[in-house]
Amino acid sequence: MSLLEVRDLRVSFRTADGVVRAVRGVSFDVDAGRTIGIVGESGSGKTVLTQTLLGLTPGAEVSGQAVFDGTDLLALDEEQMRRVRGAQIAVIFQDPLTSLHPLYKVGWQISEMIRSHDKSVSKAAAAEKSVELLDRVGIPHPRQRVNDYPHQFSGGMRQRAMIAMALSLSPKLIIADEPTTALDATVQAQILDLLLRLQRDSDTALIMITHDLGVVADIADEVLVMYAGRAAEIASKRDIFYRPHHPYTKGLLESIPNSSAGAARLRPITGQPPSLINVPSGCAFHPRCAYVMDKCLTDEPVLTPVGEDGFHQSACWLPVSAAGLSEEAEEARKRSVGEARGEAAAKVAEEIADRPEAEGSVIA
Amino acid sequence: MSLTELEFQGETTGSGPVQVIQGRSPWVLAWRRLRQDKVAVASLIVILLLALLAILAPVIAAWVGHPPNMPYTNQGLSSTGLPVAPSSTFFFGTDDLGRDLFIRVLYGAQVSLLVGFVSTLIGTVLGVAVGMMAGYFGGWIDTVLARSTDAVLAFPYVVLALALAVVFGPSLLEVIVVISFFSWAAIARVVRGQTLSIKEKEYIEAARSIGASPMRIMVLDILPNLIAPVLVLATLAIPTAIVFEATLSFLGVGVQPPTASWGNLLSQAQAFYQTSWWYLIFPTAFLLLTTLAFNLLGDGVRDALDPRTERLFAAQRKRGRARSKGAKPAATVEGAS
Amino acid sequence: MTSPQAATPAAAPPGEDDVLVRVENLVKYFPIRGPGLLARTVGHVQAVDGVSLELRRGQTLGLVGETGSGKTTLARCIAGLIPITSGRVIFDGHDIAGLSRRAMRPYRRDIQMIFQDPYGSLNPRRRVGSIIGDPFAVHHTASGAARKRAIQELMERVGLNPEHYNRFPAEFSGGQRQRIGLARALALRPKLIIADEPVSALDVSIQAQILNLLADLQNDFGLTYLFIAHDLEVVRHVSNQVTVMYLGRICEQGPKDPVYEKPRHPYTAALLSAAPAADPDAAAARQRIILTGDIPSPINPPSGCRFHPRCPKAQDLCHEQDPPLETKPGDAPEHQTACHFPVQPGEDLTTTSTIAAADASAGTGGEGSSLTGGAA
Repeated sequence: MSLLEVRDLRVSFRTADGVVRAVRGVSFDVDAGRTIGIVGESGSGKTVLTQTLLGLTPGAEVSGQAVFDGTDLLALDEEQMRRVRGAQIAVIFQDPLTSLHPLYKVGWQISEMIRSHDKSVSKAAAAEKSVELLDRVGIPHPRQRVNDYPHQFSGGMRQRAMIAMALSLSPKLIIADEPTTALDATVQAQILDLLLRLQRDSDTALIMITHDLGVVADIADEVLVMYAGRAAEIASKRDIFYRPHHPYTKGLLESIPNSSAGAARLRPITGQPPSLINVPSGCAFHPRCAYVMDKCLTDEPVLTPVGEDGFHQSACWLPVSAAGLSEEAEEARKRSVGEARGEAAAKVAEEIADRPEAEGSVIA
Repeated sequence: MSLTELEFQGETTGSGPVQVIQGRSPWVLAWRRLRQDKVAVASLIVILLLALLAILAPVIAAWVGHPPNMPYTNQGLSSTGLPVAPSSTFFFGTDDLGRDLFIRVLYGAQVSLLVGFVSTLIGTVLGVAVGMMAGYFGGWIDTVLARSTDAVLAFPYVVLALALAVVFGPSLLEVIVVISFFSWAAIARVVRGQTLSIKEKEYIEAARSIGASPMRIMVLDILPNLIAPVLVLATLAIPTAIVFEATLSFLGVGVQPPTASWGNLLSQAQAFYQTSWWYLIFPTAFLLLTTLAFNLLGDGVRDALDPRTERLFAAQRKRGRARSKGAKPAATVEGAS
Repeated sequence: MTSPQAATPAAAPPGEDDVLVRVENLVKYFPIRGPGLLARTVGHVQAVDGVSLELRRGQTLGLVGETGSGKTTLARCIAGLIPITSGRVIFDGHDIAGLSRRAMRPYRRDIQMIFQDPYGSLNPRRRVGSIIGDPFAVHHTASGAARKRAIQELMERVGLNPEHYNRFPAEFSGGQRQRIGLARALALRPKLIIADEPVSALDVSIQAQILNLLADLQNDFGLTYLFIAHDLEVVRHVSNQVTVMYLGRICEQGPKDPVYEKPRHPYTAALLSAAPAADPDAAAARQRIILTGDIPSPINPPSGCRFHPRCPKAQDLCHEQDPPLETKPGDAPEHQTACHFPVQPGEDLTTTSTIAAADASAGTGGEGSSLTGGAA
């Protein structure tokens, strides 16, 4: 059994403009010691998803299940949730400057975290543990730095301090929400390296949320690609990058500048991510899909297996043979489209081709 | 993704099947929000009614048949020479000279609203000009202007008013001058701060990179972004000006009798509070109502102009809906950042 | 602190027609004022400390660097948005550094900027048509119906619907706002566009759209780009030449292929190895050079070579002498490096883990001490 099993999670918010359906039925598993990368762009729902797991979205309408170590997180009340947060599941946010309290010493914040979950720990013991943790995350002179304030740390140091805080109670699962987006490349490399090493040492599960496919290629074991609040594709890392099935995944990979591709022109996905208040009918990606078929406009696809390992799944009406970047896969796609594209889908395909950014891109 | 982002997603327009949402000028949105704020709307109505009464004061006086300064020594005073209580003849009773208090209160409204609007207008124009220049140019211009602003704010206004009254003689004009002189400073200080923060925005840099002159940048780029905070300030400055005028008139250095001002009505009413409660109560009530209405309107304007409070409105509506369905009310939505 | 620029523009050396912008020894220090009434200057942020570079007509120069490298300050100095401390900026043969606002005006038509933040670079209270039409208004080049036509043409050219002329920025997405910014920059047909991280704040799929658009516009309008970014793959995709900056100085520059394939400066090598690649096999195969410590503050930069405290190859000379920017033996003449001990072909600077090294050095020097693992 997995450490975390999420089944059909749905989250919506009511706003002045209507109901925002941020997460529309997502299911995935996380195992101890493994890293799952959740990839998505703005409006994919990736942050709302994990915030909901921790009960950080008050006022949202939530349904589904999220069983962590035998307990359904979504059924817990605030008091129980508080005991889970930090101790069982820890979070690392994107901007450590705003997630660390600016007016308290860093060491104090870590000690406070430890003592709030276990009152029997003395102040001295907690303080000692703080020093140990800062050392473990690679902050030099930890005994002195423990008395510094967050603004006295650099960006990379602050993120390390956040990681130290996340580790303080030896959680089973760490959720890292874009932890390196705000950092320079060299510092990002340091932090990713640190996270991997710590995970290896303590067998913690890691959910890494990011929009950066490079980060995912580096440290993830499995990858979940989200689009418009649903899972588009879920697969092992190698399958996602080398045998993508879903046209969105494929489109993402093709739109990244890649020196080995050597193309003078990138092939972007045309159009914009959709509004979560008025989600397109059928498959939410159909208004931007180069392989749109009639079925895509009316029927929303569910995750179906498309790989041999039984793990690789894709929410797309294209056949299993369409997985991958090879010519055969492209043939399979074209064949499928040729058969199943009627008037309705042809109209959408025309709209896509008419967009100014589509100029020069090859559309099926 | 924060709630703000989610909301923004809902407002996004774009090519393709995304639904296009029309008419989203920030002013239109703010007006919509204001219209939904019941308290603000009520205050606005009160103010408009009051303004109407003030403008129509001469008409009403003619209709009732009692000019404001006419002493009715027979009907308007009791046998002992005291003011007469409210009746069908004198709606608010009379004052110590037998004049119709209702009419005098209406004429007092003219004074109050006139002073309130005009001195706030002058103060706002001056304050915005000074604050914007101090904030935008910095350097010695800022030093001079900011220190002047501080000096004015530190000044004891009553003393100055008294001094000016002695020199020029107290009058409506003198009151307007004094109040304008003090209101610009408070506004200038806020505008300077706002300008300093707006100046750092990238679109100002973009304007400079196009070669726009400082004047153009201030008028076209900074000023539109100042309107919101200035509007709130001005709305809240009006009641201050009104009370200021009432104070000056009360002390005798503002509007002089026989011209009616709520301030000098109160001043004269002091001696009669035991015998003629109406003399004190009605001008006080009007003063109170007016300042309250403007203050509440100012709060409403501030809420309407601040996009963050859109979420509060949404939460309120949701609570209302949930309660009406009998469901458990949802907690107020806080945006996670 | 004073800008010793002549009032009249100086002419550039003849025969250099293909160089649009030449920057010579540009220095920009920001004074730090102490407390007290007199606010005496107590120090300087040495944001840009002697940078020289060339932008060739019709080409793209990619400017790469991390926090504190000075690339943003440099861009703004070239754009004339902040006054420089010393040095020259020669645009199309004229020295434009230190010109008065009035004298600079004609050049403002030729040099335009696009910014990183799609939400901050457009005035939220102005309509989009007014924003794009601003350059026409400022320079009195078109008005009324002609201006409206020009604005709508621009909107179409950058991929926006010209009917959205009267909408406010809040009604557009991030990618669309960047297009609006581009339309504004193109209004007066500039020669140079300085793009300060134009796609960093955008989603990946939108990023590609904008990059393609930038390429198209460069072809159609014969534009020269100074492209600042931190994403190395993006820079490689768009640039002809690349300049790598660290703490206010250039550490390496040259045509992009030599710099990317055979970096000579250890910092460039570390930066390249740190950049995430969207390819698991490449990522696994790549050996990371992981630097210790953080980027020092530009207020008190290290002596000699600014990179020496974090450099795997640092030696005493690096601490004492600032290395000159020059072509190293075996490199193309345009490929220049500022390093006393440049990376040799086949040299391996990688290390197993920064933490292990930091632990080892914590006893001796602590923060910022150099790595010794793996160096030749």
